[in-house]
Amino acid sequence: MNSYLWFVGKRTLQLLAVIFFGVSATFLVTHLSPISPVEAVLGRMTARSNSAPEAIIAMRAALTELYGVDEPILNQYFNFWLRLFRGDLGPSLLAFPTPAMVLVGRAMPWTVGLLTLATLITFVVGNFLGGLAGYYQNNRLLKAFGIVAIGIQPVPYYIVAFILLIIFGFLWPVLPISGGFAMNVIPGWNWPFISSILQHAILPAASLVLVGFGGWFLGMRALVSNVVTEDYVTYAELAGVEHSTIVNGYVIRNALVPQLTALAMALGGVFSGTVITEQVFNYPGLGSLLIDAVNAGDSTLVLAVSTVSVTAVALAIFIVDLLHPLLDPRVRAE
Amino acid sequence: MFAVFRDLIRYNIEFAIGLVLVSIIVVFALLSFFSPVDPSLIYITIPDQPPSAQYWFGTNSRGQDMFWQLSTALRNSLSFGIIVAVISRVISLTVGLLSGYVGGWVDRALMFVNDIFVAVPIFPVLVLFYFVLRNDMNSFTLALIMACFGWPFDARLIRSVALGLKHREFTRHAVFAGMGTRKILLEEHLPYVMPIVFSTFMNNMLWSIGLEVTLAVLGFTNINNPTIGTVLYWANSHSAMVVGVWWWIVIPVILIVMTFLGLFLLAVSMNEYIDPRSRLRRMGA
Amino acid sequence: MTQDLLKVDGLKAYYQMNYFGVTREVRAVDDITMTIRKNEVYGIAGESSSGKTSFIKVLAAAIRPPLRIVAGSVKYDFKSGPIDVATASPAEIEAVRWRRLSYIMQGSMSVLNPLRRIGKTFEDFAMRPLGLTGEAYRARILNHLERLKLPADVLRAYPHELSGGMRQRVTIGLATVCHPEFVIADEPTTALDVVVQKEVLGLIREIQQDMGSSVIFVTHDMSVHANMADRVGIIYAGRLVEEGPTREMFFAPKHPYTAHLVASLPRIGDTTQRPALEGRPPNLADPPKGCRFHPRCPLAVDKCRTEVPPLETVGKDHRTACWRWQDVQPLVSPHAAHGVMA
Repeated sequence: MNSYLWFVGKRTLQLLAVIFFGVSATFLVTHLSPISPVEAVLGRMTARSNSAPEAIIAMRAALTELYGVDEPILNQYFNFWLRLFRGDLGPSLLAFPTPAMVLVGRAMPWTVGLLTLATLITFVVGNFLGGLAGYYQNNRLLKAFGIVAIGIQPVPYYIVAFILLIIFGFLWPVLPISGGFAMNVIPGWNWPFISSILQHAILPAASLVLVGFGGWFLGMRALVSNVVTEDYVTYAELAGVEHSTIVNGYVIRNALVPQLTALAMALGGVFSGTVITEQVFNYPGLGSLLIDAVNAGDSTLVLAVSTVSVTAVALAIFIVDLLHPLLDPRVRAE
Repeated sequence: MFAVFRDLIRYNIEFAIGLVLVSIIVVFALLSFFSPVDPSLIYITIPDQPPSAQYWFGTNSRGQDMFWQLSTALRNSLSFGIIVAVISRVISLTVGLLSGYVGGWVDRALMFVNDIFVAVPIFPVLVLFYFVLRNDMNSFTLALIMACFGWPFDARLIRSVALGLKHREFTRHAVFAGMGTRKILLEEHLPYVMPIVFSTFMNNMLWSIGLEVTLAVLGFTNINNPTIGTVLYWANSHSAMVVGVWWWIVIPVILIVMTFLGLFLLAVSMNEYIDPRSRLRRMGA
Repeated sequence: MTQDLLKVDGLKAYYQMNYFGVTREVRAVDDITMTIRKNEVYGIAGESSSGKTSFIKVLAAAIRPPLRIVAGSVKYDFKSGPIDVATASPAEIEAVRWRRLSYIMQGSMSVLNPLRRIGKTFEDFAMRPLGLTGEAYRARILNHLERLKLPADVLRAYPHELSGGMRQRVTIGLATVCHPEFVIADEPTTALDVVVQKEVLGLIREIQQDMGSSVIFVTHDMSVHANMADRVGIIYAGRLVEEGPTREMFFAPKHPYTAHLVASLPRIGDTTQRPALEGRPPNLADPPKGCRFHPRCPLAVDKCRTEVPPLETVGKDHRTACWRWQDVQPLVSPHAAHGVMA
């Protein structure tokens, strides 16, 4: 138990470092941006109405104070951390004056839901089928899965999402291809809303699952075909240990340990995939928000989305890492 | 070397298919050097012509001949992938070999940095850079940024091999013979990890080309530089699928899928053949 | 009265490999005939890659492609009935595994699942063949552990938490918990230090006598055979070249290879230069004609280069495959051999 605490401590330190460096880098990069948030808001507000010059000057002063951009960069950086802890990075430009963090908060559940669903399905199905394919190497159906996996695995997220969009949007329009839920349902705990959410999630989730499946399948197949040659598997077979025990308790379980590490390492990439998929299917998550923010030149919102996503991915990796010693007693002993 | 190549073609169907696909792609990309038209010009042919004897891949709504347009685009995408792969290979080799051989606090520090890079989601970062650089973001800058994020996985792989090499007899001989660290790494250890470098090279190309396509389709790169991604960007912005100019989208998608499948199959089959473990065994471990 | 438990007859098992279109055949076991009696410890010796591991894999019914049985039979006469593992169905083999026929595998670190507690492994291995559950099962296991001088809390441990000697005792425990009639032990003491080795060997012998089972014991270490085996068989290049009672094998070997193996043993106070065996073991994909030992044999004559010597009986229980067995001299004085056998 003591060694597990030590392990958790080490990982926590690493998590904090990742968040610190990631968030700092995000801050620096956005503040090198040539776009001044103050001028951008002003430009937007004055574009439609004729404002008096005094009013504009007063507004500029107010906005400058609001964004805190007149201070030296070190102070801004310090303030940025303070604001981050308070959960308020300032108003967004995209939906001025709604705070950027509120927009992020609205988008967050969609992305987290989509990502969790897709990752779980992919990880479980890919590893299960891959494990079977590695153990029963002569099964025709599983071989066919292998060929499909090789065919789809290298294709980028965007292309797969796009192909699905073409098929289900133009050739065979049976599934909703845009948005998080239909316009005509009332959000809340009612069946039409929930079913609408599920229907709208099918295509984005399917594109993530399709791309992700191959990697887990092929990885697990390779791992299992290595594990079955291990002495402890041979020995259990020689001892006449029950077949299902060998497959589950000796082969798949042992091969899952490196796959869990791989899951932690893949999360960043999966998140990138989600961003793209959301954009293709107009899904109201963080990805769409990020892209809208970039197109609107909204640096506050870009900063907010990037900060939150770096932190969230680091946290997710941290959680997966914590599971590792529970699966492998040897890590605890290190 | 040649015999290995011949064996692979003959007995490894995956390698053969991959080789054919990649050859087609490369030849097509090389054709762009003989292009009769400047691919950056627009409205130089009749727009929206379907594929025909005159325009093999049709023409797009911007009045460009898709055959030559795609040839150039493919060349740019491939060279982009190669640049990223080369730079990130250099980084991962340096980090991996140093970390594995030197060990101690150097190893711990490098792997700490490595873990940070693994944990950062790359896509938001790239979007961030585009947000800041805007039109200064040319493909070389983009390649450089991607290379900075494309090394940590492979560095870990190389490190694990280097760790094993460190305790081998010949390394000790080299140390006693007074070889410096740099010389040991370059002359003694580098040859062992080259197979990993080759097979990850192709995987890295896949990764970077895929990311470039994605960024370009969203309009987050220099959209006037023809790549497979920007071709799709223009097709989308002209709603090609809706107005029925399907070849503007379908042909580039087929090309990119061919490229990816080809490179992936090559990487997989080569990986199987030059698995570092079996190679170590053959080298007389 | 002695009775045969295992009869191996004309056994041939080859590795047939197809690597990038080139077919290769390695004759790992090439025509071996032998018997093993009830309540006997039989030692098998030979250098690495002599085919001894392949041979016992066949005995354990543990062969997997590319290793195949090409000819011959491997007949066991268990209390539950006779079985020929060369032809038996998987279900028939399954029925005798662990209850009748068990195996101690080489390398105690890798034979235990690193992610499973020892107790769980015991459950996997022993619960079904023992047919016990609950308290009865637990009592049986604890009793067995006690016999192996293992503490009960070893059941809660993971393999990496145990020392090498403990792990080896655990694997011996696993192999013997069902009181099998026949135990195959493949290099059970390599990688253990000498003190632990002695302890483990004593344990195997003790348990074997307790249970009255037969043990076939494989190691290249002749001193282990001297201490353990009732009879010793020597395998060279896929063939049984000599077998006989242990004392005779050490004091009066009838094959030049055996003589060499015995002579190469280290002895206290002996500083003389040992005669080294020239050359290397033959390539089993392309073995030499005639007697396979002839390229390295100090006694080789023309006949040895062309004709394969048959296994002849040269004394009680003593057989050798050498044309010149009458000329074989022990390379070591009987006095020195005694030192090994003490």
